[in-house]
Amino acid sequence: MTWNDTLRTAVFALRGNWMRSTLTSLGVIIGIAAVIVMVSVGQGTQAEIDKMVSGLGANRLDISSGAPNTGGIRGGAGSQSTLTDGDAIAIREQIAEVQYVAAGNRGNAQIVYAENNWSSNWQGVQPDFFEINGWKIDAGSGLEPGDYTSAAKVVVIGETIRRELFGEEDPLGQSLRIGKVPFRVVGVLASKGQGGFGQDQDDVIMVPLETARRRLTGASGAPPGTVRQISLGVTRSEDLSFVQEEVEALLRERHKIAAGAEDDFSVRNISEIVATRTQTTRIMSLLLGAVAGISLIVGGIGIMNIMLVSVTERIREIGLRMAVGAGPRDIQRQFLAEAMLISFGGGIIGTLLGIAGALLAGKLGSLPVLLDWQVVALAAGCSVATGLFFGFYPARKAAQLDPIEALRHQG
Amino acid sequence: MTDATPIIQTESLRKVYSPGSQAEVKALDGVNLRIDRGEFVAIMGASGSGKSTLMNVIGCLDRPTGGRYLCDGVDVASLDAESLARLRLEKIGFVFQGFNLLSRMDALHNVMMPLGYAGTPLAERADRARAALEAVGLGDRTHHRPGEMSGGQQQRVSIARALINQPALVLADEPTGALDTRTSEEVMKLFEKLKAQGQTIVLITHEADVAHHADRICVMRDGKLYEGEHGLGAAA
Repeated sequence: MTWNDTLRTAVFALRGNWMRSTLTSLGVIIGIAAVIVMVSVGQGTQAEIDKMVSGLGANRLDISSGAPNTGGIRGGAGSQSTLTDGDAIAIREQIAEVQYVAAGNRGNAQIVYAENNWSSNWQGVQPDFFEINGWKIDAGSGLEPGDYTSAAKVVVIGETIRRELFGEEDPLGQSLRIGKVPFRVVGVLASKGQGGFGQDQDDVIMVPLETARRRLTGASGAPPGTVRQISLGVTRSEDLSFVQEEVEALLRERHKIAAGAEDDFSVRNISEIVATRTQTTRIMSLLLGAVAGISLIVGGIGIMNIMLVSVTERIREIGLRMAVGAGPRDIQRQFLAEAMLISFGGGIIGTLLGIAGALLAGKLGSLPVLLDWQVVALAAGCSVATGLFFGFYPARKAAQLDPIEALRHQG
Repeated sequence: MTDATPIIQTESLRKVYSPGSQAEVKALDGVNLRIDRGEFVAIMGASGSGKSTLMNVIGCLDRPTGGRYLCDGVDVASLDAESLARLRLEKIGFVFQGFNLLSRMDALHNVMMPLGYAGTPLAERADRARAALEAVGLGDRTHHRPGEMSGGQQQRVSIARALINQPALVLADEPTGALDTRTSEEVMKLFEKLKAQGQTIVLITHEADVAHHADRICVMRDGKLYEGEHGLGAAA
C-alpha cells in the first residue's frame, strides 16, 4: 500500500470519528502552543538581558575607591578616596590588555538654567569615559582635549537634562549652573533611554575631571589627586578576569597593602552580574520548556490511549483487511498514520495558536517576546515525533493481531 | 503456472493445537486434498470436525504444523506473515458468513479496498470495482452503504470484493449462513455462474442443500478428509 493510500485511509478513519480525533489532538494543540509561547517569552527575556549587557558594556571593569569592608564598619564602595590619578596612569602603562582608562568622581547638585532647575548627578570625567560607556555626542563638539588640561568650565548634558532645563531651546553655547558655578554647554549626548535595571540613563551631566576637582568638590575635602572611581575598557572580553587579577595585584602593590590585609578598593566586573542574571533566565526558560514538554507528553499519552481504543474497536476491520491481503506492515502503517495525523494536525493548529499567543503576550502582557522560527519548526517537528512515538505501540499491537482471531472477534 | 498445476494440493496436512499437552487437539490429521483449476468443491463437516481449521490453512491465514500445502504451486510452510498476506492478496478471495463489509464505506469502496493493498493505480480501481459489482448484479447499488442493503445484496458485494483481484481461488465460509432460503439460492446461483466462467471455488458449509450446488463434495470428520458425501456417515 502506498503512503498516499495509507494517508487517505487514515483521513477517512479519522473523519468517521472527527469529534474524538479533535479532542485527542487538543492535547497536542495545547502542548505545542505552550511550548511556543513559553520559549518565545523565555527567549525574549534572554534577548532583553543581552541588550542590557551590551548597554552596560561587557568589556569593562569598574574600580571604586574604599574598602568594601573596613574593620567592622562597611563604608560602601567609593566612600573613601583611595584611588589616585597615578593609579589610572599606572594601569594604562603597565597592563597591555587595557584599551581605555578613565578616572572620575561624581557628586549631586542642583542644575540651574534660567528659571528651570533640576537635581542631578554630575560626573567629572576623562576622555576615555565616553568610549568605555558608549556615549555618543548628538549635538555640539563635546569636551575637547584642551578642556581637560585647562579645567575649562564646559559641560556635556544628557537628553533628560536638556529636556528638563532647555525644553525647545537650543542648549549649545548656553550657560547653566551646577550649584553656584556657571558652565557653558558644549554638547548634548545621544539618548540611551532606559537602562537594563530601569534607571534613566540620560539624566547625566559631565564636566572635565580637573574642572570638577577645582570647582565642584573643593568643599568636600577630598585630597588633591584622588578620584572615586576608575573605569577600564578591555580590548577582548575574554581577557576580563585576567585583567581584573592584574589590576588588583597592581593596586595592592601601589597602595602597599600587606599580604592578607584587605583591599582599600573594589573591582566590579559587570559581566559577572550579567552572567548570573543570564543563568537565572536560562533556568527559567528550561523550566518553562519542561512544563511545556510535559504537556506534550500528556497529549501524546492521550493519543496512545485513543489509538488503543481504536485498535480494539476495529479488530474485525483489521482481521478483514488482513484476510484480503493487508500485511502486518500495512496495518502498522495505517494506525501510525492515524496517530501522526492527529498529532501533526494538532501540531499545526498548536503552532498557529502558539504564534498568536506569543504575539498577544507581547502586546497585552507587555512581555518581551522573541519568536524564533527554529523553535516553531522544532515544535511542529515535536508534534510529529509525539505521534510517531505514542502511536507506535498501538500500531504494533494492531499489526501483530492474528487474522483468524481478529476475524472471529465479536463486538 | 500452467493449467495443470492444482490450485490446492495438500499432502498429509496436519495441524495440532497445544502439542504434547493434555489438551492436544489434532484439528487436521493427515489431510490429502487436491483441487484443480475450475473446480467447485464443497467441504462439509460438523462443528469441531476441523473444517474451519482446514479453511484457515487453505486460505493462508494459518500455517500447518505438518505435511505440505501448495497453494497454486507455492509452498506456504516457510512463509512469514508478510508473505502470507501477499499470497492471500494475489491468490485468494474470501467470502464470509457475516459479510464483513466496512459499514462506513459504500459498496464501491468496500469492493475497491483490496486494490489498495495490491497497489493498483487509483484511476483504475473504481472502474474495476464497478465492473465487479455489475458482475454480481449490483451495478445500481455502488453508492449504497452496507446498512442500506439487504443481506443477499451485502453478500453479493462481498463476493464482488472477493473477485476484485482475480484470485485463483474463492474461499467461501458458510456464505449462506446468515441468509434466508430464497436469498441463499440467489447467492448459490451466483457461485454457479462464476464456476461456469472458470472460477475455482471452495465452499465450506454444514448444509447439504448448499453443498449440492458444488460439483464435488468432501467431508471432514475428526480431522480427516473423506471424498464424497458418504463420508458424512452417521452425522448426515
